[in-house]
Amino acid sequence: MSTAANSPRSVSTALALPSRLAFVRSEGFPLIPSLILLMIMVVAILAPVLAPHNPEVGVLGDRFRPPAWQTNGTFDHLLGTDHLGRDVLSRLIFGARISVVVGLMVIIVAGAIGTTLGIVSGYLGRWVDQVIMRVTDAWLALPALMLAIFLAAIIGPGISNIIIILAAVWWTRYARVIRGEVLSVRERDFVRLAVVAGCSKWTIMRKHILPNVVNSAIVLATLQLGQVIIAEAGLSFLGVGVPPPQPAWGLMLADGKKGLMAGYWWLTVLPGGCIMLMVLSANLLGDWLRVKFDPQLRQL
Amino acid sequence: MKKFIVKRLGLAAISLFLLSLTIFLLIRISGDPAVLLAEPGASAADLAAIRNQFGLDRPLWVQYVSFITHLFRADFGQSFYYRTDVFELYLSRLPASLMLASAAMVFSLVIGIPTGIIAAVRVNKWQDSIGKIFALLGLSMPSFWVGLVMILFFSVYLGWLPSSGSGTVWHLVMPAIALGWVFAAAHMRLTRSSMLEVLGSEYVKLARLKGLPEALVISKHAFKNALIPVLTLAGVNLVIMVNVAVIVETVFAWPGVGRLLFEGIAFRDFPIVQASILLGGTMIVVVNLLVDILYAVIDPRIRYEG
Repeated sequence: MSTAANSPRSVSTALALPSRLAFVRSEGFPLIPSLILLMIMVVAILAPVLAPHNPEVGVLGDRFRPPAWQTNGTFDHLLGTDHLGRDVLSRLIFGARISVVVGLMVIIVAGAIGTTLGIVSGYLGRWVDQVIMRVTDAWLALPALMLAIFLAAIIGPGISNIIIILAAVWWTRYARVIRGEVLSVRERDFVRLAVVAGCSKWTIMRKHILPNVVNSAIVLATLQLGQVIIAEAGLSFLGVGVPPPQPAWGLMLADGKKGLMAGYWWLTVLPGGCIMLMVLSANLLGDWLRVKFDPQLRQL
Repeated sequence: MKKFIVKRLGLAAISLFLLSLTIFLLIRISGDPAVLLAEPGASAADLAAIRNQFGLDRPLWVQYVSFITHLFRADFGQSFYYRTDVFELYLSRLPASLMLASAAMVFSLVIGIPTGIIAAVRVNKWQDSIGKIFALLGLSMPSFWVGLVMILFFSVYLGWLPSSGSGTVWHLVMPAIALGWVFAAAHMRLTRSSMLEVLGSEYVKLARLKGLPEALVISKHAFKNALIPVLTLAGVNLVIMVNVAVIVETVFAWPGVGRLLFEGIAFRDFPIVQASILLGGTMIVVVNLLVDILYAVIDPRIRYEG
């Protein structure tokens, strides 16, 4: 029975695979941004192999060394050193790790919380819906960054804390959008049939509603990735995010202020440039996904 | 109409209630609130005094009622660092924040509205693409980094503008641009879509059929109507700007409420942090309420949706 049911499905996935990959060649696919994101991920994974120096230990005698192509620059420190003599290139490479981990974890956790609440709220309706949506609205009423700063000030710095805080702030968008989608999905015939067939509410939500809203959640997640990375950088910059001496890009910008008035441009331009590159790529990919998969989300 | 306003007021009240409750609970869940509310390095006797003063040994709901009554009396406690009333401190910093937000707003509208109109009139031409790139950059660069790079160029290398502080108009230029860029992008996008909608409407077609020159159609008929949603958004954004300027104010040492919040975090001055978020959140809830009511008064179609 189970093999009979499985075999047509496996055939259909085998057939679907090439067409799934074909979207890369479709019109307007943001190839360069996707490659940049991929490259950042690879750099993050291979950081210990790629980085020429220890990102957290510097040589004080080598403080504020400019990039190699400027006078006083050395090829040992290709992109210069910071106020503690730490290698900027190594810190940028390890910084990619923090941005990738924080960014992905936040959108996954926030997406899971928000999607679950959105489905429960939209499917169960009544007072459950009222309670969840009122709380969502109350959270949405506050600027995300400010709420994050407040939470960070209470809980204290640390990477896992940052992930919890940003996820706690960013789930609201999913809850709102997904709830709206569920309201229309629940009226469709296959859901009604499932009800008639005697499926429990939990099964219906998990097996019939979730697969139909997961596309929107993915589009939202991609669009939010950039915002989350900017927020993490901001919190780290303020000193309530990733604690020193870890090499987060936002923290590097805060340290870079020490050399700003002396014109040590590489400490400010490079970490911010990395943030911009990653956020820009995520935004371009998110925009494309939004138009491609979910025309209803175009207004977001 | 009355029913809508009452309902909307109720929602705003619930928002404020949840806001205060969340903050109240978070402070108590995250550890010993006496440690947060006491000055750093307070002795055991001081902590006991704080517990007594705030009644931290009493039931939670009694504590919450006392917390709320203090808020209604605008009593947010004393700043540890400044040794003054936190609410007065906040009010004294508000004008500087409003000034910066207004300057950023002027920048965002002066850039956002014309580029949005040009992008809509020349849709899918190169002008539209430039507008899109500008908006995308605004959304992809951290505002504080824009500020830092501007300091590097205009203060350190060129020496044209002061790098931090306040006092003259020149001090405002860079923080206003850093803060306003994201909003310029938002205003541009909204102007463009609003303008496209209006340009496709019947009365604009009629104006064209009458043989009016295109410039007149755009400036007299389309522009005015397309502007309404943009200006509404700008009103809400002005308040949001005051509340998201924390990092930009920190970069430029601008003496506003954002800088105050940063000082509160840096000096572990918790009453300031708490007051900043409560007052900022209240401002945003109230402005959203006003906008919704204003909309209902102007546009009768909205009334039944709320």
